[in-house]
Amino acid sequence: MKLELRGVTKRFGSFTANDRISLTVAPGEIHALLGENGAGKSTLMNTIYGLYSPDEGEILLDDREVSFNGPGDAVAAGIGMVHQHFMLIPVFTVTESVALGYEPTRAAGIMDMAVARAKVLEISARFGFDVDPDARIEDLPVGAQQRVEIIKALSRDARVLILDEPTAVLTPQETDELITIMGQLRDSGTSIVFITHKLREVRAVADRITVIRRGAVVGETSPQSTETELAGLMVGREVNLTTAKEPADPGEVSFEVRGLTVLSSADKVVVDDVDLSMRRGEILVIAGVDGNGQSELAQTILGLRTPVAGSILLDDQDLAPLSVKQRLAAGLGFVPEDRSTDGVIGAFTITENYVLDMYDRPPYAGGPGNVALRLPVMREAAQTQAERFDVRMGTVDDPISTLSGGNQQKVVLAREMSRDLRLFVASQPTRGLDVGSIEFVHRTIIEERDKGTPCLIVSTELDEALNLADRIAVMYRGKVVGIVPASTSRDVLGLMMAGVPADEAQAQAATHHTVLAEADEQAEAEENQ
Amino acid sequence: MSEQTVSTAAVQADPLKQTATGVRPISWKYPITYAVLAALAVLFVLTIPAGARTHFRLSSGGDFFEIPLVELPSRPAGWILAVILVALAGLAIWQASRRIRTRLWLPLLFGVLFVLAFLVWAGADRGAVIPLVTMLTGALALSVPLIFGAMCGLVGERSGVINIAIEAQLLAGAFLAAVAASVFTSAYMGLVFAPIAGALVGALLVFFSVKYQVNQIIVGVVLNVLIIGLTGYLFSTALTQNPELWNARQQLPRLPIPGLSQIPIIGPVLFNQTILVYLMYLIVGLLNIFLFRSRWGLRTRAVGEHPKAADTVGIKVNRMRVYNVILGGAIAGLGGAFFTIGQGLAFGKEMSAGAGFIALAAMILGRWHPIGALLAALLFGFSTSLGNTLATIGTPVPSEALLMLPYVITIFAVAGFVGRVRPPAANGTPYVK
Repeated sequence: MKLELRGVTKRFGSFTANDRISLTVAPGEIHALLGENGAGKSTLMNTIYGLYSPDEGEILLDDREVSFNGPGDAVAAGIGMVHQHFMLIPVFTVTESVALGYEPTRAAGIMDMAVARAKVLEISARFGFDVDPDARIEDLPVGAQQRVEIIKALSRDARVLILDEPTAVLTPQETDELITIMGQLRDSGTSIVFITHKLREVRAVADRITVIRRGAVVGETSPQSTETELAGLMVGREVNLTTAKEPADPGEVSFEVRGLTVLSSADKVVVDDVDLSMRRGEILVIAGVDGNGQSELAQTILGLRTPVAGSILLDDQDLAPLSVKQRLAAGLGFVPEDRSTDGVIGAFTITENYVLDMYDRPPYAGGPGNVALRLPVMREAAQTQAERFDVRMGTVDDPISTLSGGNQQKVVLAREMSRDLRLFVASQPTRGLDVGSIEFVHRTIIEERDKGTPCLIVSTELDEALNLADRIAVMYRGKVVGIVPASTSRDVLGLMMAGVPADEAQAQAATHHTVLAEADEQAEAEENQ
Repeated sequence: MSEQTVSTAAVQADPLKQTATGVRPISWKYPITYAVLAALAVLFVLTIPAGARTHFRLSSGGDFFEIPLVELPSRPAGWILAVILVALAGLAIWQASRRIRTRLWLPLLFGVLFVLAFLVWAGADRGAVIPLVTMLTGALALSVPLIFGAMCGLVGERSGVINIAIEAQLLAGAFLAAVAASVFTSAYMGLVFAPIAGALVGALLVFFSVKYQVNQIIVGVVLNVLIIGLTGYLFSTALTQNPELWNARQQLPRLPIPGLSQIPIIGPVLFNQTILVYLMYLIVGLLNIFLFRSRWGLRTRAVGEHPKAADTVGIKVNRMRVYNVILGGAIAGLGGAFFTIGQGLAFGKEMSAGAGFIALAAMILGRWHPIGALLAALLFGFSTSLGNTLATIGTPVPSEALLMLPYVITIFAVAGFVGRVRPPAANGTPYVK
């Protein structure tokens, strides 16, 4: 089916998320929509999917204008969507998930599970998916959950399939499988809109590429363009895809985690006997697919979770008996994973957010027992730091929620790095940020490393891990699968992210190249010429 | 450079095989509870005087089969029960040490036997007869509003709306049932109006909590106060001034089911009841089927777990919630009718007396499952009935302590003693696009 957008505009208040976007997706084509975080890709797709209604412009399917009152209408018209955050219910079975909303029923609305099950099996078989229709969603790995989402779309006869950042949660090998599936779907006549901000994937997969920036289409190109060209289009200026950094100069061991085991609130083991050892002045990135215990590890280091076994030592001082506040005072800097809920308090001003963990001590507090806040001192310090960290803002008295994600993150970094650190821990420090902010955050972390602070960074983005790390520890199901140098190939890391031990992963990767790895080699060869 | 090479020190042979179960500590709380209770039962038996006898009455007045009084020698009967209880406790401990999951029959059997042991002890040598059937009938009567209330809560909360206004819905149902039955001089008209009253309270709850996204707990509390105040006001004005017109007693007739009602012991308890109680069986049965096997149930659960996911497959989340809460309100309203026309009583001020909150606790203890909630509500009803019975026959245990039992169980239940309860993920969260 052919999908065409003409001048689609979507505004939220005074902010224009999509500005007169026109786009044509031909039948049986993989059309990549490339743009950085916050460029308006997801808004556009939610508009096509009927979750938002456009303020202007029209959507045409096979040259006929359509308008949707909700996702139900879009699905009925033949549009399917796999959301970046899966729309699956953890406690449902695969069959229930696929049937939801389109349940085959017998008398009195009782579901005909046999029919629903057969449908799942039929689609699985057609595309060679290995999905158990009776498995519970929460027990499936993310890759399989994504296939359930694809089955969901196909079971409703989707002829235009929108994939929103589908590779964000996958290992390189899983990405490979997805690419194969996309190829099969295209060959069977399905049009695919592939949304991403990853340049390498676009070049390997897409038939055509539309680049959007700040809500508007800035160009349409072919996959033959080089990564540098695409990056330039996407960001609007020349960008360095890798952050320059000196080789690490590691000092003595200063931070150690020994045999750390942490249970989740449901008594499941989420961090399983983890050993880590870090030296001064090195960056250790914890890589892995989201949800393999990395976040819990970081939270335990800060003291938000209590481990059931193991110890955490900072310069031979046991952190276990210390409260969060005492750990911060001991020289721990922490950037939480979810900026908007854990990093900042949206309704507080920039100044207040800046002093959030220092408000009760000099120079920000004074008087007997430090009861009085010294507001002018706070403001001045916030002002100075905001300038140093290049925070784009009105005044420091504005609520922090008025800032963009990137600028909020800079305030968080300014706060955490304003103390003398002995350890810096950051969880997903660049999630959801634009390229400019990502560069800034990376540079800041490298500067902290060069000051001699051990930096522990949790990242699910393989690109970030490779770019930033001196060493990479890969976690899988709560365990550290292995710790490898930053020069390790993506393919090896990908296998490790699926639980394959490092040496075995190296052996396997040597014989099985992923599509993306081959594309990389090709790109390198081109650039060398 | 040594640590720059691949380090596999932290890697076990196969990380896949080493997950979860290995380190999880064994939970001893159930085995310990069983052991303590079994020890208590032994203690009971040891304090029974030699040669004492316990009398049970196994039938009530109009039964088909008149069973004579059952007389048991207290000590031997007590010993048999105590030994079985100790054995069951031992089984629970063994299962826990082997990490075997305990099946539901164990706590049920243990509970029944423990209560029997307790009764054998309490009735030993007192000349008093323990009216077993009367006690069970009382237990069911006390459970009926709780069961209706728990089903109401379940229908709402499975779709993601916390309903703390069950109390108000029961009370409104009791009130309107009494008034309608009195005005039309027909108990069955009360049965028609009671669900309407409950549904109206439910409609108010969704109006504020779904349409205006007011905090659901606050709306619920306010509705409770509103309905208590409103029915109390009408009671002390119109209903007291002209009780013949507005608040005359009407009772639903008992409809014994032929055959079934003649089964000894359980027949008169379960099958010599009013239509309201039969409706309750039907509602619990239907909910158990429909919640897990129908389109409505699948969508309800989807909306309560992950409303956005439901929205993306074209399910109208808020509409679903509105329907469910109103449906739940109607169920609770029907349950409220049991206080008045179900028992042949006139309406009295605040006559629901906190049953709505106990119903809420039964729903949580029953883990948002119709059968679980049913069992929990029966447990609460039974412990109250037991307290009442013991108060009349006189026992060494103060009856006030026994009347406290349902609330003690509630606190333990809600505090998570019965295992990690997992409410619907989006429970209490308004859905805004």
